[in-house]
Amino acid sequence: MNPAIQLIDVTTSYENNVVFTRLSLQIEPGRFVGIVGPTGCGKTTLLKTILGVQTVFCGQVLMNGQPVDRVQSKKIGYIPQLESVDWNFPVTVEDVIMMGLYTGRRFLPWQSKEERERVEDLAGKLGIYNCLRQHISHTSGGQRQRAFLARALISNPSLLVLDEPTSGVDIKTQHEVLHLLGDINSQGMTVILTTHDLNAVASHLPWVICFNNGIVAEGRPRDIFTNDILTKTYGSDIIIIEHGDYQLIANSTPLKFNYDL
Amino acid sequence: MQFFWEPLSYEFFRHGLIAAVLVGALCGLVGVHVVLRGMSYVGHGLSHAAFGGAVIGFVFNFNFYIGAGAMGLFAALMINQLTKNRKIKSDAAIGIVTTAVFALGVAVISQQRNLNKSLEAALFGNILGITDGDLIIIGLVAAVTLFVMFLSYRPLLFATFDEEAAQIFGIRTGALQLLFALLLTLSVIVAMNIVGVTMIAAALIMPAMTARMLTDRFSMMQLYSVLIGVTIGAGGMFLSYFFNVASGATIVLFGALIFCFSVLARHIREKILLQANFHRHGNLIHSHPLDHESHSHDHSESINKEDTR
Repeated sequence: MNPAIQLIDVTTSYENNVVFTRLSLQIEPGRFVGIVGPTGCGKTTLLKTILGVQTVFCGQVLMNGQPVDRVQSKKIGYIPQLESVDWNFPVTVEDVIMMGLYTGRRFLPWQSKEERERVEDLAGKLGIYNCLRQHISHTSGGQRQRAFLARALISNPSLLVLDEPTSGVDIKTQHEVLHLLGDINSQGMTVILTTHDLNAVASHLPWVICFNNGIVAEGRPRDIFTNDILTKTYGSDIIIIEHGDYQLIANSTPLKFNYDL
Repeated sequence: MQFFWEPLSYEFFRHGLIAAVLVGALCGLVGVHVVLRGMSYVGHGLSHAAFGGAVIGFVFNFNFYIGAGAMGLFAALMINQLTKNRKIKSDAAIGIVTTAVFALGVAVISQQRNLNKSLEAALFGNILGITDGDLIIIGLVAAVTLFVMFLSYRPLLFATFDEEAAQIFGIRTGALQLLFALLLTLSVIVAMNIVGVTMIAAALIMPAMTARMLTDRFSMMQLYSVLIGVTIGAGGMFLSYFFNVASGATIVLFGALIFCFSVLARHIREKILLQANFHRHGNLIHSHPLDHESHSHDHSESINKEDTR
């Protein structure tokens, strides 16, 4: 079976600065992969390369063995960083989910009966049926994330890509989102996400790539979340605390004050 | 009633009214995307570029629409190209390109002093001088724009909301952006005769912004914006006749008045809704629509406005 995603000797740049050179990466179908690394390390550029919207100077990006720019786009579901969304835009949750079907052949502005049923069915499964008619800004962080997840899933993609789905949401929502993604992955869909939250990755994701303008390490969190690898990835001294089955990751140099509280 | 219908007995007024209604609908239709894409300044800029083209057209004996159209389209493509460079923001690109073309027009006028009078109409609008030919062109542009925007409603909405995601989902956003720039340029050029270069931005933005105050749904905003554009065009024409004020200026002032009412109406509606929705459950006082995930309760039992004061 072909890898879900394969990068072969890929070199790319952002605003005339080379982000990574001769990068090779392989993600097997059905994997749930997290990409972690410091700000500006090229995580988003790597995601865009995987999605086929980043200019690649040399090398090849393949999805299921085919060049990614020739793959039918609707096989890829994408969720942007929610912080980049204009919440004042006049759309309801239903409108947002419907956008996932806007690449189809239907030209008429209004939705067909079949489209409406698909939207309602998926919204019901994701627990956002009751807020379908609400303006997107009138929903909670978890509901927003689910609305965008529904938009990505409505055309039944085989690959789901998320740019920092855990940023800007509280710890409960973060936990819910990662469990929801775990459920989706267990049905066979390949899921790739970027995140800054190492603890969430350590406790929820089975496979991690430590990235800093190139792959520093990849593997199971328990195997690669070591002081050595994380320090190399972030350029900062990081400690790992083992607590039963859990790993807690923290910066080893806490802030010190010259006064008593 | 007779008094109200009196202006319709004049052919120049009937022509102007039809033109104002068509251009109002057109600006309302296109303006929604202009406002939501944060391109409010672009209409202003494009009309200045088109004016430069119109002047050059006069000098070289081209038709007004050909000169203005060519320069407007050139400016739109240049802006599009320049903004691909992340160091040049769209407002800067619009400022540079369109002012340069406008300045070219002004430079030509200063050399050809006899053109001043004939181009005054383009600067301040000349709705009462609308000819049958103008009406046909305005009608054609309105029909083509409506047809194209109807067919591209879905991809346009997606790309306006989130261009990057739209591209990833398979929408050809580059081609769509060019198509929209073309429609916008055509709309600006035909609207120039009605409200003039100096007031075109208002004609594009006001119907859409007024509609935005009235609804939170894109489809309704699009519909309201067209209806408001038509109302502003027609209402402005009648007011211009009765108060004997320049038609372009009256249309824009009437639009501004309607926009002010819409802002007020939204403010009052939100205040009423907020008060109506405030309620308390024990120590918890809150209003809808707020996050209800953290708790659940029966709304029928304890809504008590007295407690919320």
